[in-house]
Amino acid sequence: MKRQWKAFWYLLPALLFLLAFLVYPLVDVFVYSVEEGYNFASQTYFGVGGYNYSYVLHDPYFLQAVKNTCILVVVTVPLSTGLALLISLGLNSIKPLRNLFQTIYFLPYVTNTLAVGLVFMILFQKTEYTDGLINLLIQWFGGSSVDFIDGPYWAKMFVLCFYTVWVVMPFKILILTSALASVNPDYYKAARVDGTSRTRVFFCITLPMISPMVFYLVITGFIGAFKAYSDAVALFGADLNAAGMNTIVGYVYDMLYGDSGGFPSYASAAAVILFAIVLTITCINLLVSKKHIHY
Amino acid sequence: MEHEFDYKKAEEAIRRKQRAVRIFTYCCLIMWAGVVLFPFYWMVLTSLKSYGAYNGERIPSFWVWPPVFQNYKDAFTLVPLAGYLLNTVIFTAVTTAIMVAVITLAAYAFARLKFPGKNLLFTLLLSLMMIPGELVVITNFATITELGLRNTFTGLILPSVTSVFYIYLLKENFEQVPEELYRAAKVDGTSDFKYLWKVMIPICRPTFVTIVILKIIECWNSYVWPRLITDDPAYFLVSNGIQEIRENGFGRENIPAMMAAVVVISLPLILLFLAFRKQIMEGVSRGGIKG
Amino acid sequence: MKIVLENLTKKFPSRNKKEPKDVTAVDHFSFECPDGQLISLLGPSGCGKSTALNLICGLETPTEGHIYFGDSDVTSLTPELRGVGMVFQNYALYPHLTVKQNILFPLENRKGKDRLTREEMEKRAFQAAELVQIKELMDRKPRELSGGQQQRTAIARALVKTPSVLLLDEPLSNLDARLRLRTREEIKKIQRATGITTIFVTHDQEEAMSISDQILVMRDGRLIQAGKPQEVYDSPNCLFVAKFLGTPPINVFRGRIRDKTLYIGEDAIWKTDLKDQEVFAGIRPEGFLLDSDGPLCCRLNGVEVMGRDVSILSSHPACEAAFVRSIIDSENQMDVSRETVRFSLKPGKVFLFCKDTEERLPFSAERSSL
Repeated sequence: MKRQWKAFWYLLPALLFLLAFLVYPLVDVFVYSVEEGYNFASQTYFGVGGYNYSYVLHDPYFLQAVKNTCILVVVTVPLSTGLALLISLGLNSIKPLRNLFQTIYFLPYVTNTLAVGLVFMILFQKTEYTDGLINLLIQWFGGSSVDFIDGPYWAKMFVLCFYTVWVVMPFKILILTSALASVNPDYYKAARVDGTSRTRVFFCITLPMISPMVFYLVITGFIGAFKAYSDAVALFGADLNAAGMNTIVGYVYDMLYGDSGGFPSYASAAAVILFAIVLTITCINLLVSKKHIHY
Repeated sequence: MEHEFDYKKAEEAIRRKQRAVRIFTYCCLIMWAGVVLFPFYWMVLTSLKSYGAYNGERIPSFWVWPPVFQNYKDAFTLVPLAGYLLNTVIFTAVTTAIMVAVITLAAYAFARLKFPGKNLLFTLLLSLMMIPGELVVITNFATITELGLRNTFTGLILPSVTSVFYIYLLKENFEQVPEELYRAAKVDGTSDFKYLWKVMIPICRPTFVTIVILKIIECWNSYVWPRLITDDPAYFLVSNGIQEIRENGFGRENIPAMMAAVVVISLPLILLFLAFRKQIMEGVSRGGIKG
Repeated sequence: MKIVLENLTKKFPSRNKKEPKDVTAVDHFSFECPDGQLISLLGPSGCGKSTALNLICGLETPTEGHIYFGDSDVTSLTPELRGVGMVFQNYALYPHLTVKQNILFPLENRKGKDRLTREEMEKRAFQAAELVQIKELMDRKPRELSGGQQQRTAIARALVKTPSVLLLDEPLSNLDARLRLRTREEIKKIQRATGITTIFVTHDQEEAMSISDQILVMRDGRLIQAGKPQEVYDSPNCLFVAKFLGTPPINVFRGRIRDKTLYIGEDAIWKTDLKDQEVFAGIRPEGFLLDSDGPLCCRLNGVEVMGRDVSILSSHPACEAAFVRSIIDSENQMDVSRETVRFSLKPGKVFLFCKDTEERLPFSAERSSL
């Protein structure tokens, strides 16, 4: 009996924190999301119902945020995974300088997203003093300059996607490089003896062998991209709605706090919707991966 | 003789093709390395340009000589960058310390102690890993506000002192320590706590190092929670600080000074990474996801 | 197909940066494998036998020398152009493909006019599977197979492209002892049935002896001795080969020739025609005869009865090992309680080696004179 209590004391702090800041909020967010007309200051509400959801789903800012997030997901997840795969294949085929390259490629992982985002901003931004470096390059190649930070929607979306890819690449390269390195070299030797072409080796041996890791990256990539927020803040500033570049997570926070905030019910409803989207996509991903991973 | 010739020629052809492929591979790799490194180069370069020189360049120059360090002075004097750094150090140190203590106790309980419902509890714990942080932030914000803990370190720290993933990681590592050691210690009359402190922690040091470093990175870069919970610049962390600097620090046009601040903020983590490259990359590949 | 190896040499750049000397894995290896034989490359680990196999296969290109298949020089050809089939030590079966897909894999690689029709491919795969008796397992994945079945699948995959040469790298080392015995018989059978020149690498001398037409003993990248198993066993050309072949291993004694007489320790064994010198004397366990008047006197340590014969453990001061192991017919009654045991030796089972070069010294023995 005494021993059991001991285990309890060891677990107590962790359980306490988890209950207070993870389990209770999880339940509470659903409660919030159905309390209509909740007032933060007086902590009162009119009634219970689906009005918050309906409000959020009809809010043009939210729809804009969903559109932005979806474009971001659809562009960056395949692009970054494919690019990471190519780079990892290259990394795996060389020996000298491999460690150096790996170290360099990992650098974005340990940098502050907000801080480095500012560097991207000045690279892409067009001000009255200068067109910025990227525009200079575009002009060199005969294009006309565009303001990527305050300009047209596609330009802003391009920078956001570019920066997101830049930020998520280290993790993907790391995972894929170690997955590729763990493929038994005898498979490649056997393929060489049988005269297998490079493309067939890639599609019939390499890809199936690392497919569990690729799917893992796709799933985590989807989840991560749906939760995009700080990358956008870094590039376009805290007022994302004004820039038209808000994301779903950004919408949640804006509803909760800040100049447009004070509506935890709307924020909760949006968060629950986001969670539902992510859950659906993840389930679809898992189903697809079950079909395609054979061992 | 003819054979000799053919042999050399064929080998030469193979070599040439291999060399071409290798050169192409290196070119691609160097290109991506350039894409990764260029922002860093640009940030350091810009931070060394004087305000006047930077704004005078219609076409940005790729080199600056002599470098100007005035921007770094400005970053520490015109805006409270030192304060942001100090806040972040305190926040990071305290959060990491508390978290390590909390998760060590929990992981030890799961790994070595016996109690009813252990497996069930652990499964429940693992399922908590799937809860997205965005979902719980709303209530946590309300809770901290109600407790009057906004703009305090307590409010900043409290929600991030546990991590289910790290408990899991540590428990796995604890379980690899042979159980005989535990039995031997029990026979010698060692208390559980002493055993944990004297045996388990030293043996599992590499995992602790990994966890601590990953947590430090996470804390240093955290933005969302601090932004919600602090609006008094005296409690800003670096991420919010840099955002504040951007919005109304030096005035929007003093880019070099802003870049100096960015360099100062980025440098500690880059140094930490270079020092613990192996542990960090290993830890991340075991399941760290940038959160 | 006949395989000729001519002065084959492979050097690898040194990995040790302090000593930038090349490592020679295969050193001027020359040999001619007759058509249709089963040849084993035998040697301790690290002796270069796998590298030699990779050179024949084409996975490595030699630093020097030539390889001929039949009359054509294949030295610079890539593996697929040589038409070799290879079975890897861990089988290298693609885990995501079924047995059938694995066997079809080499055929599906072919392009252009070499490409077979689908039916032809299936037919060939089926024939190969039938040959190694895995027809009924065609739809399974490799992980659903036992070790022996995986091994046979790997052989089928190598055979399906009707290779001119079949190469096996330690084919039995991943199997348990009982399966190993059965599988080696099967490899022999398949080789006989197809008549494909087969080279296989092993470090297990028993395996090599039992199924090969010829064995090549390698050491430090060099070919030490080649020949039929019994020939190599009966007349090893150096101490290394003598020690490497045979279970239980040969007993090695320090001896010398003095006044045309062979001495082992202080025991004068027999007259020889060799000149005076220090020698190693290797005596096969079956080369001992119990003989109360025998010249070799050992301290008796124990007797192990093994049914058909008896193994006697004794010790002798001049023996290199702690025990002298001799095997005699169980019909010979012997007194276990005695302190010493005397043996006479069968001349054909005793080999003398030069002390310095460790090379074999041919001799004629006249036992009667002592």
